[in-house]
Amino acid sequence: MTINTRLYPLLATIAIFVIAYALSYTQFPAMLSTRVVGNLLTDNAYLGIVAVGMTIVILSGGIDLSVGSVIAFSGVFIAVVLRETSLHPLMVFALLLVLSTAFGAAMGGIIHWLAMPSFIVTLAGMFLARGAAYMLTIDSVPIAHPFYDLLQGAYWLMPGKGRLTLIGVAMLLTVAVGALIAHRTRFGASVFALGGGEQAARLMGAKVGRTTVMIYAFSGFMAGLSGIVFSIYTGSGYPLATVGTELTAIAAVVIGGTILTGGAGYVVGTLFGVLTMGLIQTYIVFDGSLSSWWTKIVIGLLLLLFILLQKGLLRLSQSRISAGHA
Amino acid sequence: MIGRSLLRLLPQIVSLLALIGLVSVFFPTFLQIDFSDGRLVGPMIDIVKRGAPVALLAVGMTLVIATRGIDLSVGTVMAICGAAAAWAVSSGYGTVPSLILALLVGLAAGLWNGILVSVIGIQPIVATLILMTAGRGIAQLITEGRILTFSDPDFATIGSGTLFGVPFPVVLWLLTGIGFALMMRWTALGLLIESVGINRRASALIGINARVLLIAVYMASGLCAAIAGLVVTADIRGADANNAGLWLELDAILAVVIGGNSLLGGRFSITASILGAMIIQTIDTGILLAGFPSEYNLVIKAVLVLTILVVQSPNLSAQWLWARQALARRRALRDEAAPQSGPRMTERPVPESEVSR
Amino acid sequence: MVLSIRSLSKHFPGVKALDDVDFDLAAGEIHGLLGENGAGKSTLIKCLTGAYRRDSGEMILDGEPISPSSTAEAQELGIGTVYQEVNLLPNLTVAQNLLFGREPRRLGFIDGKAMRREAERMLKGYGVAIDVARDLGSYSVAIQQLVAIARAVDLSGKVLILDEPTASLDANEVRLLFNVVRGLKERGLGIIFVSHFLDQVFDLTDRVTVLRNGKKITTETTASLDRMELIANMLGHELERVERKQRTAAGDQAPPRETIIRFTRMGRKNVVEPFDLTVHKGEVIGLAGLLGSGRTESAEMLFGIRSAPEGRVHDGETVVNLASPRDAIAAGLGFAPEDRKTDGIIASLSVRENIILALQAQRGWLRKMPRNEQKRLTDRYIDALDIRTPDGEKAVGDLSGGNQQKVVLARWLAMNPRFLILDEPTRGIDVGAHAEILRLIERLTDDGMAILIISSELDELIAVSDRVIVVRDRQHVSELVGDEIQRDRIIENIAAPDNRETVA
Repeated sequence: MTINTRLYPLLATIAIFVIAYALSYTQFPAMLSTRVVGNLLTDNAYLGIVAVGMTIVILSGGIDLSVGSVIAFSGVFIAVVLRETSLHPLMVFALLLVLSTAFGAAMGGIIHWLAMPSFIVTLAGMFLARGAAYMLTIDSVPIAHPFYDLLQGAYWLMPGKGRLTLIGVAMLLTVAVGALIAHRTRFGASVFALGGGEQAARLMGAKVGRTTVMIYAFSGFMAGLSGIVFSIYTGSGYPLATVGTELTAIAAVVIGGTILTGGAGYVVGTLFGVLTMGLIQTYIVFDGSLSSWWTKIVIGLLLLLFILLQKGLLRLSQSRISAGHA
Repeated sequence: MIGRSLLRLLPQIVSLLALIGLVSVFFPTFLQIDFSDGRLVGPMIDIVKRGAPVALLAVGMTLVIATRGIDLSVGTVMAICGAAAAWAVSSGYGTVPSLILALLVGLAAGLWNGILVSVIGIQPIVATLILMTAGRGIAQLITEGRILTFSDPDFATIGSGTLFGVPFPVVLWLLTGIGFALMMRWTALGLLIESVGINRRASALIGINARVLLIAVYMASGLCAAIAGLVVTADIRGADANNAGLWLELDAILAVVIGGNSLLGGRFSITASILGAMIIQTIDTGILLAGFPSEYNLVIKAVLVLTILVVQSPNLSAQWLWARQALARRRALRDEAAPQSGPRMTERPVPESEVSR
Repeated sequence: MVLSIRSLSKHFPGVKALDDVDFDLAAGEIHGLLGENGAGKSTLIKCLTGAYRRDSGEMILDGEPISPSSTAEAQELGIGTVYQEVNLLPNLTVAQNLLFGREPRRLGFIDGKAMRREAERMLKGYGVAIDVARDLGSYSVAIQQLVAIARAVDLSGKVLILDEPTASLDANEVRLLFNVVRGLKERGLGIIFVSHFLDQVFDLTDRVTVLRNGKKITTETTASLDRMELIANMLGHELERVERKQRTAAGDQAPPRETIIRFTRMGRKNVVEPFDLTVHKGEVIGLAGLLGSGRTESAEMLFGIRSAPEGRVHDGETVVNLASPRDAIAAGLGFAPEDRKTDGIIASLSVRENIILALQAQRGWLRKMPRNEQKRLTDRYIDALDIRTPDGEKAVGDLSGGNQQKVVLARWLAMNPRFLILDEPTRGIDVGAHAEILRLIERLTDDGMAILIISSELDELIAVSDRVIVVRDRQHVSELVGDEIQRDRIIENIAAPDNRETVA
């Protein structure tokens, strides 16, 4: 009777991450180095950022399947515009973010005003964004710009030779900002309200339409930002990149303790979800003999575990309330 | 009866014909079919052959969606079943046992999904996401990450052989589609599935065993995915755990939606879904043949989906209903004003928005 | 008067939900609003809270005419509502619920500390000491109800509507709630209290208004209210002309009738006290009681929808297990539920499919009923029950309420059950269909079917029943047979005040 039950999934997520890390450490002591930690952040930066947007969407009870395509489109857009024009990358970033945010907002609008399931609308958005990327180019376009060299070379050398890169820091900042927005703003409260039940949210005076549009706009913005980070990470734009990232992001959100049906979860949990998934990959690399497909299987098992955990918690709290009042 | 089902399929048939006409304008020999080497060849034959996996998936997906569910795992189930068959056949278990093994694996996958949905009570989209994520890993586990090739000619026939000149994959989806459609019509399954999809609670009160029915539907979807998996595996004579069936679940769902089946469950038509699959394939192939760069494919597909969504939108149809009623009301008023008053509109359907509390 | 409603009317296709209703509410008054299902209570409230637009009439709040178009607008005007369910968001904290949309902010971000302080201030005077930072859903329904009231009062402050707030509370919680409501009355709020628990209404309210079939029947001060008269006003009086069933006097020895099925110890904690029921061939058992008395729950237990832990069902010599509707149907039972729309019809299926569905479910999926057989059955019942539909292929959802009910009946008649349970079979249907259904019941019992009928229409029960069981406060309190089946006697039994302090 001390901890809020809504914290259980988050605590489970953190516990699983810590235990997994500890187990890895006992086998490969080298895993506890700033080098590994730095790489974990850098390699998963784009995923972490897009997962923050996905967390908000899922908290509201929706889903956004378009983000993987939007990331790919962003990379291609940046690469092509930089190649064709002499605009400064920062200018291109701004343009792109406006574009991806508007794209998300449009999907949110369709979801709300046509009362369509977010699943199908964002599926169409997924085709559209991927198709738009193809229309820009079908090849991988390298990005060669002095400013990009600067971005790619920006890191802080941690004690122990680990590199805390700019994009790694960007991911951590995004998580912090996302957490502030989700848990400390009226918009965030509306997101949770929508996830708790649209009918009740409406009765309480939540502006459902505006919130829905803002949610998908936010996700679009995060996908754009993730695209920028991904382009810095890979140094190119490729329309076939990040296929299926939306699923990885959804998995990270769920493993991060957010309930897929919406209404409960923490943005910080998503960070741990992403890191857990990164950790599995790192472990497999360290092991050398394990094959990469174990990543998917373990992630699937973790998904199952969390979904069952949440189902169980739901039943538990329901039965406790009814028992408490019997 | 026949008139009614034709009417139901009219939008899909018209869309398909319009698409075919459109492609023919750009590619005049589109409709040409030749007979050479004992097999039919031509762009149309190519379409019905390439459309086989999605058509097969759409059959099972239609049933799942009719119960208000969705099955995201069919693409990965294809990969698992293909891998299982390829592994069995290359380990010397013989063609038929290998095929049966693959079908059993598909059924087992469906059973897993069905139990998660109907017994444990997890939302379909969440429940099937688990297998969608983990499944590809399982398939890779079977193939050990390689493209598992085999040289069994009988197995390969499924993908590239012909029957009376018709490509075998086409025969398969025709048989599967007809088989399921007839099963729905000759038994009461179709009615029971629709009933559960429209109102699960009322159905249970009538004594329909919704739980078992749901499991059966996901198993049917798994079975269709298994057949589709065999087709793509046989076609390339190898199991590609990474790419077999990749994103086909989305095409299958799309085919069902284009087939005019509501994602909210209820009335369904397997034939319409298969036509939807053919529409998708005609767009895919047609864009290529018509000389458009394939880059346009996805954008056109997206626009098409959005158009269909807008037309099917419950909001729009409610407004349409409202407009029709307003018209009827005005007509009724006019009739009343006339000397001999016409029949009055008394039993007008009530729009959902007015009834809902 | 803080609120005056003058000749308010609202109709839906085929139904006059509110017909020229007047209603007054004074500041510092608790005004009970009573009526059975479909009486128009919820329509009245929805007009007040802006969920519905009225057709005609006016609503005057503090001397100003109002016509709110949304709940939010009604709230701003000063009308706050607390519903039985779907109130607040259980996944948000108590403080978030209390201050949703008005969270105190600092530098654009929600100020957690200020929010907690503010929430605690709002709850002061409600007699609850809870941690406002915890999820609302982790508290009992009573606490949630109080939080909802605190929020509504803080937002609105003139009129508070309590719509069945006590339906799922126990006696202590009800007392807690009532103390709070009385305190609000002292503060000068006008409070509308909707409840079907008569004791609570007598306990709490100053005045009472009764609605029936969309019309206002009466408004009286609670102190001068006669319990029997109140119930008589609530329960219908629509069937004066229907002939009473010929029956033998209570004392006479009726010829012993064959027992069809015997239920013992059917009951469950907090639902219905265990009861026994023996069903004889060809008899009509009436179940009388107010809404929420446990009458529907009793029926659901008989049909295997709710489990009765100690319940036994004896079919002749054998004990059968009715764990689900499937089992009950296999044992020859049928059940036409109260809420046709959600539990009865499969709206977008055709009349034909709805009629044959139960039969088909029993035959199993493999043995599909031949098409011509389906058509024959459908035509027969369209004809026999006079279902007004162009043909059997029309979607049931497009029919009127009465015809939908007939389709549900036809579905069960096609099954030819031994024992058919009808929960409010005549609610919301027109007078003609009403009488037809009653005649049908008589015909069926002549053929040996046993029927249990639940109804708010006492005259209906009197007209058809061989015996009437009265349910009150989740208990089967008495059984009337033969000459005892009289309107006054039934009302007396329903009205008998409770010995316990408050109703649980």
